[in-house]
Amino acid sequence: MRPSADTQVPVIELRDFSAPAAPGARVAVLRGLNLRIEAGEQVAVIGASGAGKSTLLMALACAVQPLAGSLSLFGTNPWQLSSAERQRLRARLFLAPQVPPLPPRQRVVTAVLAGRLPAMSLLSSVATLWHPQRADLAEAALAALDVADKLWHRVDRLSGGERQRVGLARALVSQAELWLVDEPLSALDPSRALQVIDTLIDSARREKRTLVCSLHQVAVARERFPRIVALRAGECVYDGPAAGLDDDALRALYAGTPAPDAPPVPPAAAALPETMCR
Amino acid sequence: MRAAPLPSARLHDPALLRRGSMLLAAAVLLWPLLVWTEFNPATLFDARSLRATWRFVSDFVPPKHDAAFLAELARETWRTVAIATAGLTLAWLIAVPLALVATARLSVSALAGHIGVLPFVLRQGVRWVLIVLRSIPELVWALVFVRVVGLGPTAGVLAIAIAYGGMLGKVYAEILESSDPAPTQALLRNGSGRLQALLFGALPACSSELVSYTVYRWECAIRSSVVLGFVGAGGLGQQLDSATKMFAGAEVGAILLVFIALVALSDRVSAALRKVTA
Repeated sequence: MRPSADTQVPVIELRDFSAPAAPGARVAVLRGLNLRIEAGEQVAVIGASGAGKSTLLMALACAVQPLAGSLSLFGTNPWQLSSAERQRLRARLFLAPQVPPLPPRQRVVTAVLAGRLPAMSLLSSVATLWHPQRADLAEAALAALDVADKLWHRVDRLSGGERQRVGLARALVSQAELWLVDEPLSALDPSRALQVIDTLIDSARREKRTLVCSLHQVAVARERFPRIVALRAGECVYDGPAAGLDDDALRALYAGTPAPDAPPVPPAAAALPETMCR
Repeated sequence: MRAAPLPSARLHDPALLRRGSMLLAAAVLLWPLLVWTEFNPATLFDARSLRATWRFVSDFVPPKHDAAFLAELARETWRTVAIATAGLTLAWLIAVPLALVATARLSVSALAGHIGVLPFVLRQGVRWVLIVLRSIPELVWALVFVRVVGLGPTAGVLAIAIAYGGMLGKVYAEILESSDPAPTQALLRNGSGRLQALLFGALPACSSELVSYTVYRWECAIRSSVVLGFVGAGGLGQQLDSATKMFAGAEVGAILLVFIALVALSDRVSAALRKVTA
């Protein structure tokens, strides 16, 4: 059930879109993608490892420049904007990478509230460093993901699963209209995974945000998301309701790769930077 | 029929030859340098020079410790600490803004690949300013400022401020660049400002290194105030200068003990601050 397409500007529109995996690279990982996502939709992106799921989310977050084709976010092409205007556009979206980018020596409350930085003045962000004014928001987001007891802990004291949920709590407190979430379940056990995905979908629905979420857990994607986009070798091979994706299509999607529901290797926790020797 | 290689041949380290020849090349290159610098270890053990050295050093003990001298020593110590601290504070004020401009870690344009032309030129320009500031020795800056503000501590403070501003700025920028880029980039990608990304992403990871390098530079400033004292910038250096010129070994010994105490103090302060920021 998509909203009528013509009356409103889509949040995302890709036309013959090609993009590399990393900024500055010349090899297209996404090839000729056409995609249109309306405001308030919840879309799961599935596909084998290396199919381009993370690249798609990076490209949608204006983190990699397209090689060809066009990207339109909220009705504007971010790559035709000035650097400052593009930075303002970036405040309207939130990219949650697979490995949560949290500084190890930071407290959880600060790491979560960093999701609200684009909406905060410099003065109030300095004040937040000293004493978090909106600890209640961080606490509510952490509670929704069942890690509220870690509010005042340090990030490097967390387990991998807790760290991942703290990274998602940062998305929950952000005021972005578009959430781009890269494999939010990679470090979670199956029951925890369902709770987290339900929390993401429910709060996206409630707050009328658009959610694009890449997933390795195909069963979760089919069960919880109204719309699925399947990528294979950088091309879109399926785009439609979850019900339309049958087992044969899935087998073709993952052909030549291990079983789709095999738990992916959890990402290594971000290492502490090498200590300086001066 | 070819025989399988003997175990000794299979276990032959292919890098061994290259390492050996690199070592040889380094030795061949270093030898002329030793000749040019007239480095001859034998003179260290020459009986006559050993006797002269012993006469000079044996005067150091016992250090001079009458009340009048100690009172003057305390006054000059305080002046030295004041010169180093004031100089380093000014250097910090010069270094921080320059480092923030110079570091590529906080570049918004570099987020999606290439640094823009204007930011690149600005960054290189600031790097050159830092190079000029620190490549001129503080002694030369002091000689310049003695002519501007006259003999006294002010010239020393200004000389340290300028030269150390260049050093701090360069190293601050490089410490920021050597930290894990993910937290800072994630914040910039989600629309945070540069200073916000610095405060919430880079500083938690770098604070320890930044603090310990700054305290180390304070220690260097204490030492370099000696050289500045020789050109009349005041403090312990000026005392050391007159003591050595008058062959007052006992005074020199006392002054050196103060230096050891100050360096030990800075070492303890640095260790304590690292514990706090770890």
